[in-house]
Amino acid sequence: MTQPGDVQDPPQAAEGGSDLVLQGVTKRFGDFVAVDDLDLTVPQGAFFALLGPSGCGKTTTLRMVAGLEVPTVGTIHIGGQDISHLKPYKRPVNTVFQSYALFPHLTIFENVAFGLRRQKKSDVERQVDEMLELVELTPMASRKPGQLSGGQQQRVALARALINRPQVLLLDEPLGALDLKLRRQMQIELKRIQTEVGITFVHVTHDQEEAMTMADTVAVMNAGIIEQMGAPKELYEHPRTTFAANFLGQSNLVRGTVGGGDGSNVTIDAHGARLVCPRDRAPAGISEVWVGIRPEKVFLAGAGTETADGSNLMRGGVVTDVSFIGVSTQYLTRLPWGQELMIFEQNSGARESFRVGDPVDLHWLPEHTFLLDAAQDASAGVEIEGED
Amino acid sequence: MAHVAPPAGAPASGDAARKRGLVGYLLLAPAGLWLSLFFIVPMISLISTSLYDPSGSLETGYQMTGHVQNYATVLQEYDSQLLRSFLYAGLATFFCMLLGFPLAYAIAFKAGKWKNLLLVAVIAPFFTSFLIRTLAWQLILSDQGWVTQTFNALYLTDLFAALGLTEQGSLLYSPLAVVTGLTYNFLPFMVLPLYASLEKIDPRLHEAGADLYASPFTTFRKVTLPLALPGLVAGTLLTFIPAAGDFINAQLLGNTQTTMIGTVIQKLFDGGSYPEASALSVVLMVIIVVLVLFYIRRAGTEDLV
Ligand SMILES: Nc1ncnc2c1ncn2[C@@H]1O[C@H](COP(=O)(O)OP(=O)(O)OP(=O)(O)O)[C@@H](O)[C@H]1O
Ligand SMILES: [Mg+2]
Repeated sequence: MTQPGDVQDPPQAAEGGSDLVLQGVTKRFGDFVAVDDLDLTVPQGAFFALLGPSGCGKTTTLRMVAGLEVPTVGTIHIGGQDISHLKPYKRPVNTVFQSYALFPHLTIFENVAFGLRRQKKSDVERQVDEMLELVELTPMASRKPGQLSGGQQQRVALARALINRPQVLLLDEPLGALDLKLRRQMQIELKRIQTEVGITFVHVTHDQEEAMTMADTVAVMNAGIIEQMGAPKELYEHPRTTFAANFLGQSNLVRGTVGGGDGSNVTIDAHGARLVCPRDRAPAGISEVWVGIRPEKVFLAGAGTETADGSNLMRGGVVTDVSFIGVSTQYLTRLPWGQELMIFEQNSGARESFRVGDPVDLHWLPEHTFLLDAAQDASAGVEIEGED
Repeated sequence: MAHVAPPAGAPASGDAARKRGLVGYLLLAPAGLWLSLFFIVPMISLISTSLYDPSGSLETGYQMTGHVQNYATVLQEYDSQLLRSFLYAGLATFFCMLLGFPLAYAIAFKAGKWKNLLLVAVIAPFFTSFLIRTLAWQLILSDQGWVTQTFNALYLTDLFAALGLTEQGSLLYSPLAVVTGLTYNFLPFMVLPLYASLEKIDPRLHEAGADLYASPFTTFRKVTLPLALPGLVAGTLLTFIPAAGDFINAQLLGNTQTTMIGTVIQKLFDGGSYPEASALSVVLMVIIVVLVLFYIRRAGTEDLV
């Protein structure tokens, strides 16, 4: 379901640079397909995030790029060179492992120096000192990995890979073990380092916020395929699959039928309500659809209130739940056909507040509406409470 | 041991600490008793026997004369056997390492579901007696056996004979046979500690090595080998020490020119020359202890002892 048009140039267009290009990559373990016919182009110097639920094939994808796993089918190129069958130690790629994999018998200093020493680089001492400075581990230089906390070990893993200045740095949930404060700090630090050294980063994460704040391009992966790929804002504002709509933030999906329209808009009949959606936000040639709208884009109004002309309007809602969050209030509203929709209202003081049982109307701007193929599962990618 | 001071007004906890100390001593008691009965007492007896006047005999009794010359005598008399023992033991240890490392490595990393079966196979020889297994080598290496015949056909026996490892046309009763026997008998003592060390190594470390520009050989040298070192040191000690004092292999597979120190000691005891036998035992022990200390110092594995 990758949308070829919405990301980067096709592989051939990239001349010179060291773009990472995966073409038709499939990985099977026995009968199990871990990665399914993946096409991916990561431009040189990009910060690329691979986002997806546990077990969707993120680590497997990285391992194939690193050379630790051989693709069953497909090719991997860096800067035009086919590296699909190159030994891992000959690839211009380094990995920050999900499990760190630090060398327990070497000091932190020697762990970080390992790659440089293998490449017979000069000036190892100075570079390692600088790198340890960067990850704030200078006082730990002579310790062994076993004497560090999880977060410190993670920073060693990062330093050990980064110091080699590879063409592509693979990061497998490198911040997973850090507490929130250090995590934010390292996110900024990582982003800064990436901009500074211009290395291509492929960053795997569970954390959608992390993916969106750090990456230029986010790929949402599910069950071995990339559901959608694009700039964070584009991905959030216009999800193209139900999985992307639900996994990245939350979405209300209402069943509807496309009933016509003009050059720039389509009209939809959804449970009797006549809704409008820009044509470029609707899949072509599909009449049975999910009408999607983000909860924070919906406004609540007392039943029967006049709303601005041209707004999408759904009448007959009843508030069933109100939770006050601080910056916003989250409402659950039941509509006449029994479906409950979610609405986030900013607590700006300008909005009327409602209580459970109040009759309400829902309205939102047509340009915030998106349409998805109704053949897709509306609950795909919904995060179970407490997970992540 | 960090002791937490018992809170004031809680005398009971002081009692508890004393009780815990008592439990420790009680747990130590059986082993302590065992050691003092079967190690310290015989040790004292061995050392004092080594200082008896050698002119005595079992029938007439020995006199404690502080006869230090016993040591000079045995060192002069049996220096070549001593040297040979350490040479053979060293060779056997070396071959055990050569054979044992790949085996342990394969069991730890490549065996998959065959792992347990292979481990049992390594231990299986212990199900029969050491003596019988060594006797079996007499059959294997006998002049009519297919091993010797094959080696003959390949002119290998001529080569060995030319090198002074065997007699012309046969394999048995030679230095080669003794070292082979020692290597065979002590191989499991090399493989098992090595396996234990290797098995603990996270295979992802090999991947990390590969990711950081180390070829498989460099990864082995820089990651696997240092992490396997404790097992290697333990294995060499467990092989070298008993091999140096062994007398079965030299006796069953060797000739008069391959006598090892264990054989000499055993013969001396048999012949009733207790003071010399004891002195030689003490010498052997001291040399081994010195060698081991030196070796451990060099191998730099503080965490081994
Ligand atoms: N060596 C293997 N043999 C068999 N199946 C495997 C192997 N490695 C991975 N898998 C399977 O492939 C799927 C993808 O695994 P992968 O490690 O890529 O997931 P992931 O997206 O990184 O998940 P997580 O976020 O939990 O790390 C999983 O279902 C996993 O069980
Ligand atoms: Mg993973």
